[in-house]
Amino acid sequence: MSKIGVFVCHCGENISRTVDCERVARASEQIRGVAFATDYKYMCSDPGQALIKKAIREYELDGVVVSSCSPHMHEKTFRKAVEEAGLNPFLCEMANIREHCSWVHEKEETTTRKAIELVRLMVEKVKRNVALEPIRVNVTKRALVIGGGVGGIQAALDIADGGHEVILVEKDPSVGGHMAQLSETFPTLDCSQCILTPKMVDVGSHPNIKLYTYSEVEKIEGFVGNFKVTIKKKARSVDIDKCTGCGECQLKCPSKKIPSEFDRGLKNRTAIYIPFPQAVPARPVIDREHCIYFTKGKCKACQKVCPAGAIDYEQTDEYVEEEVGGIVVATGFDLYTVGEQGPYPDYRGYGEYGYGEDPDIIDGLQFERLASASGPTGGAILRPSDGKEPKSVVFLKCIGSRHPSKGIEFCSKICCMYTAKHTMLYKHKVHDGTAYVFYMDIRSPGKGYDEFVRRAIEEDGAVYLRGRVSRIYRSGDHLIVKGADTLSGAAVEIEADMVVLATAVMPQPGIEGLFQKLGISYDQYKFANEAHPKLRPVECATAGIFLAGACQGPKDIPETVAQASGAASKVQILFSRDEMLREPVVAKVNENTCIACWYCLEVCPFKAITQKEIRDRKGNLIKRVAEVNPSVCTGCGTCAATCFSNSIDLAGFTDEQIYSEINALMAVGQDLFPEPGKEEGESPDEQAA
Amino acid sequence: MKYQIRLTGDNARLTREINARCGVDLTQCYQCGECTAGCPMTPEMDAGPTKTLRLIQLGMEDALFDLNTPWLCASCETCTARCPNDIDIALVMDVVRQMARLKGKKIPVKQPRVFQDVFLKSVENNGRLYEPGMIAFYNLRSGDLFHDVGLGPKMLFKGKLPLLPHTSGNREKLREIFRKAEAFEKEAGKETSREAHADPGHGSGSDT
Repeated sequence: MSKIGVFVCHCGENISRTVDCERVARASEQIRGVAFATDYKYMCSDPGQALIKKAIREYELDGVVVSSCSPHMHEKTFRKAVEEAGLNPFLCEMANIREHCSWVHEKEETTTRKAIELVRLMVEKVKRNVALEPIRVNVTKRALVIGGGVGGIQAALDIADGGHEVILVEKDPSVGGHMAQLSETFPTLDCSQCILTPKMVDVGSHPNIKLYTYSEVEKIEGFVGNFKVTIKKKARSVDIDKCTGCGECQLKCPSKKIPSEFDRGLKNRTAIYIPFPQAVPARPVIDREHCIYFTKGKCKACQKVCPAGAIDYEQTDEYVEEEVGGIVVATGFDLYTVGEQGPYPDYRGYGEYGYGEDPDIIDGLQFERLASASGPTGGAILRPSDGKEPKSVVFLKCIGSRHPSKGIEFCSKICCMYTAKHTMLYKHKVHDGTAYVFYMDIRSPGKGYDEFVRRAIEEDGAVYLRGRVSRIYRSGDHLIVKGADTLSGAAVEIEADMVVLATAVMPQPGIEGLFQKLGISYDQYKFANEAHPKLRPVECATAGIFLAGACQGPKDIPETVAQASGAASKVQILFSRDEMLREPVVAKVNENTCIACWYCLEVCPFKAITQKEIRDRKGNLIKRVAEVNPSVCTGCGTCAATCFSNSIDLAGFTDEQIYSEINALMAVGQDLFPEPGKEEGESPDEQAA
Repeated sequence: MKYQIRLTGDNARLTREINARCGVDLTQCYQCGECTAGCPMTPEMDAGPTKTLRLIQLGMEDALFDLNTPWLCASCETCTARCPNDIDIALVMDVVRQMARLKGKKIPVKQPRVFQDVFLKSVENNGRLYEPGMIAFYNLRSGDLFHDVGLGPKMLFKGKLPLLPHTSGNREKLREIFRKAEAFEKEAGKETSREAHADPGHGSGSDT
């Protein structure tokens, strides 16, 4: 006869608002095998946990059911408390009466009944729980950082400075990311490249950092502490060790009319190119799509001029395997493309703004390139159509952002600040020009941020108009911007020389492919999900994988750097131990009944199952059976569900336990828990109680 | 503005009423101004569509029905097309015009009201629109006797103005529709007056 304790939590009012917790506790007492039941306002608090520990000792409980929130939330908390009271932690289970009951139902009699049922199921399961011991696994003390923008750079440097090896993978030919494209940064107006390039150089030369540029993560296997990563090194067509980065090849390349990705199409590049002068590594790459040799079969101009003999047309994609213990995802963002043909087919464009049709309508990153000293105009603000200095520039905020009908509901967070910065940069270079800004709200919380916006308005004379723009069209030399100023209630018409659209921050197109390989979740926009929005903002729900920067949501540079350092510190916490404990919820094969059909071997997504030979004493082979490697098994249960001979069980979720839960649920005519005051009559079931 | 906002706790009444009439939820409007930006009639209006929607959100019924905005709306639907929240603003203008009539409000601009009346009368009488008759009535009723008269001969010459009304074969059916609509209107009018009676002081969040 088991002695189980049931502890019903009110979760403040989260549960007790719709569930009569006291009654759940009293009804639980009636369940066969329950020795003690009580309810409490906050079971996860110190006094709540003390209550559980005291009851375990006092009633010599051999199982505990905490009836509260989801096990995702507090299973660890309660199992730890149970362990402290001397009971095996795996004898404690949670009946989820919050997410599965109180939050999704109204305050009705049936809601309380459902809560009681949920407790009853769990009691039946706990009766069949057995003590389990955690599995110990070694930790590989090397980290993988995906993405070489400022977030990835910071995370890699922090982990490397902590004394651990780091593999940094960047898909582009150089590290630097979007920050390398920026001219100056808010709210201090310091030059973006001046503060970033030293870090890029550090990454390139740090003894603990192994840099893979022009590479992508191809495959990820394993689990926290023991990931095996396959990295695809895309063919650069240049031997990076022989190349000296002299740049001679770029000068001679005849294919010169390819829009530069780095300059966002405002300047052209050659087919063999170093993306920008400060690139790390400062080695060129051949763009095979545009290279004349690769498209037409002859040219080889770069090979002829290369003094180091570094050009290698025969190079192919190379795959390398690396073993790492922790992963930081810092894949960053891209901008919402306003035109019809963007990388985001789900999100409609703005036909009425004419982006992509008129060269003088540009986006925020293009403006950054115009204002940047390393940009196509050498830092002079000149409009793309005719190279004239624009005397009036209109900035539109919230392009895509906060625009449900265009498919995006969120605020991109950085546009208010960078638009204010743009007006300043413009005014500092074109003294007799006027900057107009159409805004819906000015969102500038942060240290020195609101002061910065006020400076743009008060000192640099930016004209802020509260409203949106309905249409932009060309009229001779000018662009006519038709907008509204809602503060005066009037329509506004501006003759502009250039229009800058502050487009929404979106994840890198196609990034969900990587997230799926990593096994991490993402939201409707393909931003990666953190484990908890408030208390675990750096971790993913998948153990050993951490997030840094705008791949999780729109972020500015300081936030990205802070999160990257946070992720790096989380990785180092992981690396601070030689071995880590894993939950023993793994599959186990019954060797007596296994029929060696090997279906489990095929379905296991983690390759945790192998063939095992059973031999007698003389070494004669008796039979082969499946064997689960407990340090690789994640307890997903796929093999248990597939097994033809029912020989695989998941520890903690055995068939017996699950069937007992279902049986308890199906037990008809056993309404043991009448509503108070209705003990008599109504249904014979209730009388049976 | 000559109105003061009085927050009585029931300012969402107008928003709810419009929602009930046409299913448009004006709580979604975050006052971005894109409708006003695109509206070709804004310069003629007392207040742009943005401000009009704001008055509805605040339940300022008197101020709302004083505006010429709904009556100048050309129903071009640019506002509806551009609204970031997919609010059918042109439909709301239509509903506001209906409400003003049902509630017997004084309509601030004469011409649209006169035009609607003579247009409908012409359809009711003939079973379809008889342009010359309607124009004549319109010019008489609006007091602008020679309005667009110069265009008459030209249109006549091009065969755009028939001298005699074409009548629809099913004129009786159409009249029936008009009678039904009238009955509906009367019923609705009764209801609004009943509401106002049962709930004095809450009819409007605004005052002069």
